[in-house]
Amino acid sequence: MIDDSDSAGRKPTSATGQAGLEEARLRQQAIGVKLRHLFDEVVNEPVPEEFLAILRGADDRKIGE
Amino acid sequence: MASTKPPAPPKPPSADDAGFKRELVTLIPHLRAFARTLTGDPTAADDLAQDAMMKAWDARASYQMGTNMKAWTFMILRNQFYSEKRRSWRQSQLDQEAAERTLVAVDDPEAPVALDELRMALNTLPEEQREALILVGAGGFAYEEAAAICQCAVGTVKSRVSRARRALLATLERGGYERDGRAAGDAMRSILADADRLSGAVRQG
Repeated sequence: MIDDSDSAGRKPTSATGQAGLEEARLRQQAIGVKLRHLFDEVVNEPVPEEFLAILRGADDRKIGE
Repeated sequence: MASTKPPAPPKPPSADDAGFKRELVTLIPHLRAFARTLTGDPTAADDLAQDAMMKAWDARASYQMGTNMKAWTFMILRNQFYSEKRRSWRQSQLDQEAAERTLVAVDDPEAPVALDELRMALNTLPEEQREALILVGAGGFAYEEAAAICQCAVGTVKSRVSRARRALLATLERGGYERDGRAAGDAMRSILADADRLSGAVRQG
């Protein structure tokens, strides 16, 4: 989990400052959600058969060594 | 001095090997995703993930079952990536062409706008910041685990993640890159809207 301290940890000097920090925090959260989505998009792709075939080949290679 | 010990005779796969392989198979999707963020190219990423998977398999004797295999395999993949990159450092022209292909590859008209913008903005980050942000912000690693993967201090990872987040936000807000000849001024708005939609979907799910 990303540490939000540099956007939410500072003490605001005014109501405007507080609103600004809150806005920055929301934006960082939104980027975090999208970042995870970007990564999960690939994680959720079906694994190409080639990967499993290579691992099966590793077994054969070991036995034949 | 040469060893006089005879080579070990071939042996069939052990129960440990089977357990290792089962765990390794569950990590393949994550290795592919991490490789994609490092290379930016799906084909090169799968080649890299396959190389890393085989290196992990070959080095399985040095892995302690029960420890964090995900972090261990990510470290192998990352080392492989930088080692290949160092080998081909003279081919800077080819690297430039690959970078251009990457931008073209992610500029899929069917892709959701916000994701496309984020990919492009990520490409503007220095490599070490991008990987730190991906590991912590998307890969689910703690700062300590990310530091072990990147072989640097925890404070360095924290600083890289923090700088990456600030740079990414600035790029998305100001449009620090060009797309089809226009600045990406609406990127942040589109990301905020899309993140709202995704968070809502998660809450409902």
